[in-house]
Amino acid sequence: MLGRRLLNKTTLSILKQQTKTGSLVCSSKKCFSTTTTATKEPFKAVRIESQIDRVLGRIQEESDRAELGGGIKRIDAQHAKGKLLARERIELLLDEGSFREYDMLVTHRCQDFNVEKIPGDGVVTGHGTINGKLVFVFSQDSTVNGGSLSEAHAEKICKIMDKAMLVGAPVIGLNDSGGARIQEGIASLAGYAEVFQRNVMASGVIPQISVIMGPCAGGAVYSPAITDYIFMVKDTSYLFVTGPDVVKSVTNQEISQEGLGGAKVHTTKSGVAHLAFDNDIECLRKVREFVTLLPSNPNETAIREPFDSPSREDEVLDDIIPDDPNKPYDMKEVIERITDEGEFFEIQPDFAKNIIVGYGRMEGRTVGFVANQPKELAGCLDIDASVKAARFVRFCDCFNIPIVTLVDVPGFLPGTNQEHNGIIRHGAKLLYAYAEATVPKISIITRKAYGGAYDVMSSKHLRGDTNYSWPTGQVAVMGSKGAVEIIFRGKGDIKEQEQIYNDKFANPLPAARRGFIDDIIPPRLTRQYICEDLEMLKNKKLSNPAKKHGNIVL
Amino acid sequence: MNRLFNIQSVIKKQVGWSNSRSFHSTSPNFMFEKILIANRGEIACRVMETCQKMGIKTVAIHSDVDKNAKHVQLADEAICVGPAPTSESYLNIEAIIEAIKMTGAQAVHPGYGFLSENAKFVKELEKIGVTFIGPGSYAMHALGDKIESKRIAKEAGVSVVPGFIGEVDGIDHVIKIANDIGYPVMVKASAGGGGKGMRICRNDEDVKIGFRLSKQEAKSSFGDDRMLIEKYIEHGRHIEIQILSDGDNALYFPERECSIQRRNQKVIEEAPSSFITPEVRERMGKEAAALANKVGYKSAGTVEFLVDSERNHYFLEMNTRLQVEHPITEEITKQDLVEHMIRVAYGEKLKIKQEDLKIHGWAMESRVYAEDPYRNFLPSIGRIKKYIRPSGTGVRIDGGIFEGAEISTYYDPLISKLITYGEDRKTAITRMKRALDEYFIEGVNHNVPFLRDVMENKDFMEGDINTSFIPQEYPEGFKGYNFTPKQIQSLSIAGVLLRFIEQHKSLTNSSNSNRTSSVSPDIVYIAKVGNVSSPLQFVPSEDGSNNKFFAQFLNEEGDAIKDSDVTVELVDSTPQFMKLKIGSSIHRFQIHKKGITSFTIQYHGTKIPVTVLSPEEDSLSKYMPVKKSVDNSNSLLSPMPGTVLSFAVKPGDKVVVGQELCIVEAMKMQNVLRAPRDCEIKSITVKPGQVVAVDEVLVEFK
Repeated sequence: MLGRRLLNKTTLSILKQQTKTGSLVCSSKKCFSTTTTATKEPFKAVRIESQIDRVLGRIQEESDRAELGGGIKRIDAQHAKGKLLARERIELLLDEGSFREYDMLVTHRCQDFNVEKIPGDGVVTGHGTINGKLVFVFSQDSTVNGGSLSEAHAEKICKIMDKAMLVGAPVIGLNDSGGARIQEGIASLAGYAEVFQRNVMASGVIPQISVIMGPCAGGAVYSPAITDYIFMVKDTSYLFVTGPDVVKSVTNQEISQEGLGGAKVHTTKSGVAHLAFDNDIECLRKVREFVTLLPSNPNETAIREPFDSPSREDEVLDDIIPDDPNKPYDMKEVIERITDEGEFFEIQPDFAKNIIVGYGRMEGRTVGFVANQPKELAGCLDIDASVKAARFVRFCDCFNIPIVTLVDVPGFLPGTNQEHNGIIRHGAKLLYAYAEATVPKISIITRKAYGGAYDVMSSKHLRGDTNYSWPTGQVAVMGSKGAVEIIFRGKGDIKEQEQIYNDKFANPLPAARRGFIDDIIPPRLTRQYICEDLEMLKNKKLSNPAKKHGNIVL
Repeated sequence: MNRLFNIQSVIKKQVGWSNSRSFHSTSPNFMFEKILIANRGEIACRVMETCQKMGIKTVAIHSDVDKNAKHVQLADEAICVGPAPTSESYLNIEAIIEAIKMTGAQAVHPGYGFLSENAKFVKELEKIGVTFIGPGSYAMHALGDKIESKRIAKEAGVSVVPGFIGEVDGIDHVIKIANDIGYPVMVKASAGGGGKGMRICRNDEDVKIGFRLSKQEAKSSFGDDRMLIEKYIEHGRHIEIQILSDGDNALYFPERECSIQRRNQKVIEEAPSSFITPEVRERMGKEAAALANKVGYKSAGTVEFLVDSERNHYFLEMNTRLQVEHPITEEITKQDLVEHMIRVAYGEKLKIKQEDLKIHGWAMESRVYAEDPYRNFLPSIGRIKKYIRPSGTGVRIDGGIFEGAEISTYYDPLISKLITYGEDRKTAITRMKRALDEYFIEGVNHNVPFLRDVMENKDFMEGDINTSFIPQEYPEGFKGYNFTPKQIQSLSIAGVLLRFIEQHKSLTNSSNSNRTSSVSPDIVYIAKVGNVSSPLQFVPSEDGSNNKFFAQFLNEEGDAIKDSDVTVELVDSTPQFMKLKIGSSIHRFQIHKKGITSFTIQYHGTKIPVTVLSPEEDSLSKYMPVKKSVDNSNSLLSPMPGTVLSFAVKPGDKVVVGQELCIVEAMKMQNVLRAPRDCEIKSITVKPGQVVAVDEVLVEFK
């Protein structure tokens, strides 16, 4: 095994030199002969040496072929597209020297159509570490049969997924595949289904991250779809169920691959993907950062040493809420003023911007933040925002990540578009997610908490652990204008009536008097309150009634 | 509420303050009890500080958008005098008089700008028996008017700039006089100040445009569009004399030099001037005092001169108020000018004598503005997201904002005045450099990069400056600091250390610390600054200290370059700052943006991205596609947020490069936007009067 690892290193560096110079020289076999000389015995020396050398030579040869993948021509083509090779990607993703490869010599078993047989069969699998955290990884090699998925290729992926579940470590899939290995027919489809089944079984057991670094089309998209997070690379990756050609023939609509399922579309319009990056290097750097934030399984707490004081006050928060209730402010700034060193890893920053979700650290502990963004759609909940936040809350609940909710929500977005597309059904997802979650739940009402949306946003009634309001909070059924119209039916002095209503409801006192909020807190101390509560709640134990599983409103 | 907010203003500015004590009553005290400060921003805060020192209660006035401003929080009471536009609030005499009555203030300090030189306001105050802390309305009227003051100055024996003494009107008249005096000439508003309403004209065409724009500006800024014209003395030095008089005898202070100007607005001032000899100083001082005595001046004031290369001085104008740059005079004379103003206004006689006003050391002031030095100093607006002020020996900041404040188009974009003091000019400059390096401002563009660059300018350091310094030294505009190879090495070290620290933090995660053999940070990185790529190896020091390293630059083969190793000590590190001792010298870095693979570092005032890659990332980065930036050359973008005043062209017009296209007004300055190339106008996308954002498309070209 030691010999193999040395060998891999050597050939890798040779490969690097070759790709630099463009020439290909056969790699040496000397590694093995030197390691074996010590075990030689003078008796029968000749026979054994030649036998083992022959075997070693063949291992060497097959390993070299596996490392080389589809050959220099295809490697150059891959690079010319601005894409890195499967192994280069793993090298960037994992800690230096930590990768342990499995199944390097696996080949496909297809007898038909003379499919080229290259050891590894288009996917590199194994485990390694990211900042010392164990992860399992597969990286599809589009230089080998276009990275297409054969039965053997699928088996390799399944093997590391099974192992990851067994030991409770995240799986990271680097996807760059042309799709099913058509030559294998139904065996390839079966392979996909095996992967899907494992994706589903692993859901909530270990974090699954899909990184789309090339094409991913047809049935193949459903594996990333089931995983927890999808990262994409701009201009070089796309995800769609049916490609531009089919779209053209069926609907007569002309559209490019990028326009149909590129990174921009999926991170702004469809919400399929969570983050998009300029290139492979930046994408993989960010995956490293992300994985370091996440717990590896539900029993692990993601924590690191704190580098910021839990009692740091921020006076700017005292003044951040504008006097005019209709004037927006940036909720992201509020989050960044609360978290450790102002760092915030936002998820889906360009989709459903009216709600912010993402991770920050509090005293070194990873915390999920959900916050209405008054800068977009006044922070209303709509279909996309509800679904985005619901999925985030459920992920946090799966992996025991505490949830901090910052509330400034004037209600659900009105309109036929919303109603006809099922805001009732989709809004219910967020309600369901919050109500079902048993992780520590802390909420802070910064301004508006109106109507049903108040209930939804981690309210006391949905088993919120600590619920606070800033002095600027307004917990009410609705804003004064609408309320006055209903209460007074347009009779009398509207200005005066609004004043009466505001004095009564447009403040946090009615909620505080009923205990729906635990306290009205000074904004500048928000960080301190959250840190203390997280410490208080760290051993929280709450479980839902025993059941097979709930029936979330899909 | 106080439990929850650290603000007193919420309570104290409630209307209906029931203090019915008459402001006419004679107080048994020997000083005013309460002063209203009819201003905002840093100067209001500055005046309040002295009031507090003297035990005088203060009243702030504010517009509704300023209700949480620093000057409001500093004051004992605050009254809202109107909405955001200055004409309806800070210039709203009626509301201010009402505020005085409501609060019972006995005197008003006007600061600078706004009503500080408004004789009508002074008369209104006289009517209700409230003291104006400034000269009487006669002196103000006589000297505040540039035409009138020139006449008086001449009579008082002060040497004046050649020009036409009188008001000019009608474009033909102006052109005629301009030709009589000889180009270049300066047209300026009689009531002007602060660079507003004045333009240098070098030919008839300039006069035509400059006269019109200055007149419009004067009208909107001062409500007075009378204009005058005089000879423009090129390469002159702007040197001014602070005077102080109790009405009987005027004292003169050592001079201030304010030659570093852009668009006739002072940027860097110093006291004393490196150019002035004791003889000239005395001559200028005596003339200035004579002028003050001539009009029976009673307060602090400033006589501005232009000094040519032969050290001849010419009277420009007299400002009958406290000047923006007064702190440098205070620093070198150890006097509190605001206190003197208040005492004189109360009727006290000056206790200091001319011989008390000696020069002690050297002071320098940088005006820190919210503006973009890379885009011709155009104003920048926005929210100050992060604001960390420098401090330490010899550093004074007169500021009026704090973190979270909004810089709006309504008011002057001055963030603060940064003043440094030392025993000599060199020390003042050294301290200014350090202070600028420790000044962290995020959220708006600001001129710190420019100020910092000037501090290292050779001519500036030698004191060889004049009013054309900026156009001469930056003919193409300011492009940022030019880093030397040595400084790029320091930047590389800083960048690598930042990534090293970041990785060190990441590696403290519980999974890694629970490993039997935990992963340790990488030590070889490649730093890229501009097109310079430096492989760098970081070795923790042998003595086991956590903040000491050994940095070695490597060659392409990965071997250490001989004699390239240097010791690096992490002296201080916060999310915003990193202070390193590299070799034996201290370097200060500001960290402004963490990108995925880069850090934007501010060093020597200029921000520059430093990309830090691992050797693997570096060797593979050659395959990464280069993303193209969007080409906008087919349109004219608004370079700043503001209001479009007018268009000089219409769709279909063919224009040549440099031709006026439209005027955008921002911060009361009218900015002419010109054609970037010869082209045909395709369409005009906004209407006059429309408020536009920065980079909004104004005109499209074919």
